[in-house]
Amino acid sequence: MSSAYRAETVDSEGLASAAGASAPAEVPRPSLTGGKSREREVMIRAIFTVVGFSSVIIMALIVLFLFREGVGLFATVSLSDFLFGQFWYPTYDPADFGILPLIMGSVAVTFISSAIAVPLGLGAALYLAEVASSKVREVVKPAVELLASLPSVVLGFVGMVLIAPLMQQLLDIPTGLNVLNASLMLALMAIPTITSIAEDALHSVPNDLKEASLALGATRWETLTRVQIPGAISGMGTGVILGMSRAMGETMVVLMVAGGAAMIPGSIFDSARPLPATIAAEMGETPVGSEHYFALFAIGIVLFFITLAFNLVAAYISRRFQQRGAATL
Amino acid sequence: MRKSFLLMGTVALLAAALIMAPGAVMAGGKSITITGSTTVLPVAQKAAEDFMKKHPDVRISVAGTGSGDGIKAVIDGTADIGDASREMKDKEIKLAKEKGVTPKLHVVALDCIVPVVHPSNPVGDLSLEQLKKIYTGDIKNWKDVGGPDLEMVAVSRDSSSGTFEVWNHMVLGKKTRVRPDAQLQASNGAVAQAVAGNKNAIGYVGIGYVNDKLKAVKINGVAASPKTAADKSYPVARGLNMYTRGEPQGVVKEFIDFVMGPEGQKIVAEEGFVPLPK
Repeated sequence: MSSAYRAETVDSEGLASAAGASAPAEVPRPSLTGGKSREREVMIRAIFTVVGFSSVIIMALIVLFLFREGVGLFATVSLSDFLFGQFWYPTYDPADFGILPLIMGSVAVTFISSAIAVPLGLGAALYLAEVASSKVREVVKPAVELLASLPSVVLGFVGMVLIAPLMQQLLDIPTGLNVLNASLMLALMAIPTITSIAEDALHSVPNDLKEASLALGATRWETLTRVQIPGAISGMGTGVILGMSRAMGETMVVLMVAGGAAMIPGSIFDSARPLPATIAAEMGETPVGSEHYFALFAIGIVLFFITLAFNLVAAYISRRFQQRGAATL
Repeated sequence: MRKSFLLMGTVALLAAALIMAPGAVMAGGKSITITGSTTVLPVAQKAAEDFMKKHPDVRISVAGTGSGDGIKAVIDGTADIGDASREMKDKEIKLAKEKGVTPKLHVVALDCIVPVVHPSNPVGDLSLEQLKKIYTGDIKNWKDVGGPDLEMVAVSRDSSSGTFEVWNHMVLGKKTRVRPDAQLQASNGAVAQAVAGNKNAIGYVGIGYVNDKLKAVKINGVAASPKTAADKSYPVARGLNMYTRGEPQGVVKEFIDFVMGPEGQKIVAEEGFVPLPK
């Protein structure tokens, strides 16, 4: 089994394929009740087919809906004014629907959180796979995965009530609700994704490769950097990209902690308003069918393309660097 | 293969029926659905609880989703009562007309929007003009309004909330834009939290959200209170509204009357809002 496959099953989309795969195979069985059991088999097959395809169908419907509601904006606002406009004033008359500050807000928190989460996440994966004794591993790995299941609103609350005042006092800055604080919280969410997938990938590098390398006189460090990491690079890359895409799409944390100023952040201590936060804050009170409503859906389309790009990159990395057996190392 | 498609269809239909089922069950018995403004929510919720105690056969579900959503729900007929902390916009009135609906306005309470600062802030009185300059970005330091030499952080609400709209309309003027670096918080509670934790901050909340971790600032020397809101000497006050789909009927009318009657107005006062002048 390749490392990439193992890595993919961790992703939530693996759910559908796993459900599809578990549909009963066509194994002829001695039948006691004749036609009845055959019919049952057909029905079970049908149920699993529906279940397997349901996520595909739901996804397609959501995308369709997103586009249907979002394209209405472009009857009145040009695409370049929307994507590169400097000002987001959706409720004034005349309104401005420029989302560049929001895009830059998202980009800022995603990259800064990655700068924190990638070294920590990969480091933790290497530690768990190579250094930690199996006893330590048994405690640390579930703990990391528990971190992944923390509701984001809890992290948002911690960032808002605990970190923000602390950061403001320690650094003597005007506000603790800023890009850095949001990035820290997002990093906490991305680390478990990165660690878990990367550790699985490292773990699935065949043991005989490692043993052969050690037997040839390579040190553990050389074995790690020249054999195991190259062997697991596709899974590790996938983990990093999925971690980043989690930070990009996360809503609650950035809504609560990033401060929400619709301005291109000039420093990590400025407030920012990432794309998902804008949708979450404004959708509830927006008249349906208004330009503002269309604009929020158009932001949804932009977010959709960004996360799609992340997933495509992840798929590319997992395919491009996939190891097929020991020969390609 | 044909058979399996048939089966698939049956399964899909079954699933659909399961999803629809709760709706069918809810239809029995008298029920009221209320949705809309988070500002009106505490009043609506408490009133619903008390009303259900008096009328055990009535089920009331209350949700806080925002003024725009409340008005939309009444127009679409997905709720019986839509709470709103502002009046309907021209666009919404037009949309309602297109759908042949005439939402009826019931003002159930008054609310003042109060500028708030950190308790350690010595500034206790600002003029409307100063507030305007703070929110447009012309004043950026507390020393310009008699405070310490500290950078000012203006905390605002999301631009589609009723509170923001009233504040923007009454303090900044309809066409004047709030500074782009103003922080955005998505609820009254979040604004209160952000200001209580930041000595540089100024924000604005409904009078029900002022607590001892915040310092309320007077406007033009007038402190916000039930009295100053009712006699209109406090400049930033608004009505809290409930919209119904046309004239309220039956149990919905009973509920509206309950909220506007003595028991409902007692709840209004308890929740920190201003009861209707008698």
